Amino acid sequence: MTSQQPASAYFIAENEEKSERHTLSVVVDNEPGVLARVIGLFSGRGYNIEQLTVSETMQARHISRITIVTSGTAMVVGQIKAQLERLIPVHSVLDLTVEGDAIERELALVKVAGKGENRVEALRMADAFRARVVDASNNSFVFELTGKTRKVDQFVALMKPLGLIEVVRTGIAAISRGPEAMRV
Amino acid sequence: MSEAQAERMTGAEIILRALVDQGVEDIFGYPGGAVIPIYDELYQQNKIRHYLVRHEQGATHAAEGYARSTGKPGVVLVTSGPGATNAVTGLTDALLDSIPMVCFTGQVPTTLIGNDAFQECDTVGITRPCTKHNYLVKHVDDLARTIHEAFYVATHGRPGPVVIDVPKDVQFGTGEYVGPENIEHKTYKPQVEGDMVAIEAAVELMAKAKKPIFYTGGGVINSGPEASAALRELVELTDFPITSTLMGLGAYPAQGKNWLGMLGMHGTYEANLAMYDCDVMICIGARFDDRITGRLDAFSPGSKKIHVDIDPSSINKIVAVDIPIVGDCNNVLNAMIAEWKKRKYKADQQALANWKAQIDVWRARDCLAYKPNNDVIMPQYALQRLYELTKDRDTYITTEVGQHQMWAAQFYKFDKPNRLMTSGGLGTMGYGLPAAMGVQVAHPDALVIDIAGDASVMMTIQEMAMSIQHKLPVKIFILNNMYMGMVRQWQQLLHDNRLSETYHDGMPDFVSLAEAFGAVGMRCSDPGELDDAIIKMIETDAPVIFDCRVVNVENCFPMIPSGEPHNKMLLGDEVTDENIGSAIDEEGKVLV
Ligand SMILES: Cc1ncc(C[n+]2csc(CCOP(=O)(O)OP(=O)(O)O)c2C)c(N)n1
Repeated sequence: MTSQQPASAYFIAENEEKSERHTLSVVVDNEPGVLARVIGLFSGRGYNIEQLTVSETMQARHISRITIVTSGTAMVVGQIKAQLERLIPVHSVLDLTVEGDAIERELALVKVAGKGENRVEALRMADAFRARVVDASNNSFVFELTGKTRKVDQFVALMKPLGLIEVVRTGIAAISRGPEAMRV
Repeated sequence: MSEAQAERMTGAEIILRALVDQGVEDIFGYPGGAVIPIYDELYQQNKIRHYLVRHEQGATHAAEGYARSTGKPGVVLVTSGPGATNAVTGLTDALLDSIPMVCFTGQVPTTLIGNDAFQECDTVGITRPCTKHNYLVKHVDDLARTIHEAFYVATHGRPGPVVIDVPKDVQFGTGEYVGPENIEHKTYKPQVEGDMVAIEAAVELMAKAKKPIFYTGGGVINSGPEASAALRELVELTDFPITSTLMGLGAYPAQGKNWLGMLGMHGTYEANLAMYDCDVMICIGARFDDRITGRLDAFSPGSKKIHVDIDPSSINKIVAVDIPIVGDCNNVLNAMIAEWKKRKYKADQQALANWKAQIDVWRARDCLAYKPNNDVIMPQYALQRLYELTKDRDTYITTEVGQHQMWAAQFYKFDKPNRLMTSGGLGTMGYGLPAAMGVQVAHPDALVIDIAGDASVMMTIQEMAMSIQHKLPVKIFILNNMYMGMVRQWQQLLHDNRLSETYHDGMPDFVSLAEAFGAVGMRCSDPGELDDAIIKMIETDAPVIFDCRVVNVENCFPMIPSGEPHNKMLLGDEVTDENIGSAIDEEGKVLV
């Protein structure tokens, strides 16, 4: 009895579904190891983390907010949400991409070095992007820029030929529009 | 009593007190430097019995056996470093099979943590991915609350193992004890009641089904005996056929008239074909594991699927379902029964009769048939006899992992829940022997049998010493085929019978081995003497190792080969010595 069918008992389906990018907001107890649990979940189950930002947001209640940008098929993103909710210190998870139209911002510090034409052009561009000069020397600037990821990407790309030295980015902070708060 | 005076006591005292208040009577453990204060407290009390294992893995499996046969959490106590790392296999096993367990690990004093101190390891780091949750307790005042919370987490929602890492200075320190009253987790509140709208839709779908099937799993057992009773009632009401995973055996009786046998890789022909052909699948407390589904894109292609699970992450993880219901099996089953009765539903009798007639055709294929033999014991025969000779007693079965485990599932007829203890998710060889000890601790007067393989049993054989020390008269029934049979079967089917490292040279004499431990050793190789030998084993009031010599190279069928859907099973009588090497195609061989 031979079979024409390939694949295996560990069946790995060819995935034709397309991968989507989602921003998740996760409310957690700010206790030791909580970030390790979240990150361990992603690495252990093979999920992507594109960006991750953490900070305590309700000090009195020791509650932190983790913002994660991830990508996967709709089924995988649903799993990521369910798996995160399964972690004991996680209070709630909101898929801001499904909620729609959330506000997302990140901050970047961009160091550029150069003289003459390039230096002038860098300043002009920074002005157009509303980046602030937070450090300057004879031959360098550090710009501070906030905005959507795409805007930061664009700015960095423009700085490349003008003497880009290094970039540091925070990853995004995201929040839903309107009067409601996320359930904690 | 007036305002409860906060009682002050040492950390070690808090642990013992909290265990008593949690209703714990038996714990499994092994001492060491980092837990001596707790052992010192154990020594000075008599409410909690401690069972001394011979390797910490044994403690975890014993606790699993205890938990699975009673529904109560199993409790483990081990030392830091190697004590904790030795417990990792059992913790992972309990996580995959959803077994409630609380494991205390000793830790070096808080001041030394991070210094690579003697017998220090990052226990919470190591056990984070193999527990449901874990804690490092740094202050003695947090200890009592943490312990009560740990029991809550281990036993609520989908059960699982929880580790509490307790540094030695916390055990010595003095702090406040708080009782378990009102302790639950501030955010962990699993949903146990199913959504009524979904339940109504599910029951309506069931009532319209023409080819329905129940596919149930370990979740029904974990939900308690009431859930099994509800399942039986719902099956009776609807008269639908039912199959189950390995972990779910016994929830519906194997003698029941709607029973199809186990499904999956070594499941029955009728169960797997019915899964393939059904039009409505009602999955209750099972998780579409790959050993169950086989080839995913051909899994039950024409059916509408209802999935009941207490863990939302189990739903739509592998198979997209039409009606998901998050909730405890017992609650949802009872709600389904009530809804079915309220609407006075009745299944389509004609369709159901046709469906059952089809199933009877498949059943007539007699997929578990094997060639009888008068000279050597067939493993299937041995299990049939074991079943016949033990079925009227209060019997609990554990297994190791391999062919014998699958034959036990096929040939031992489980009629009650909590009677089969086996490592399903992790497939841990060495599980069954210590698990049997745990079962025997919980049920001192029951007959507890570990159906073992000769390779598996060697992995935790040292626990025989525990059975002697604590007078646990377990019966280790080894189906000795001289091989790691299951691996040998795959080598034969997939690798041109190159039996790389699967033959046991250096097999111990199991009879002398039993005697060396102070247990009773028996051997049988003649089918004609088997019954008498089994009866003698049952009647021996001591631990027994029974070396049952069986035919060496029997294969376990039916089998869904690698990469195949349910309707492409290999059946024992189709596979001959000549065609066995080509029974599975090339691509399937690569992908196991
Ligand atoms: C700890 C562990 N190591 C390896 C395996 C892989 N494995 C699965 S079944 C098996 C052979 C088991 O042989 P035996 O206990 O003699 O049982 P049989 O299959 O012969 O009935 C092996 C090595 C496993 N499941 N667990």
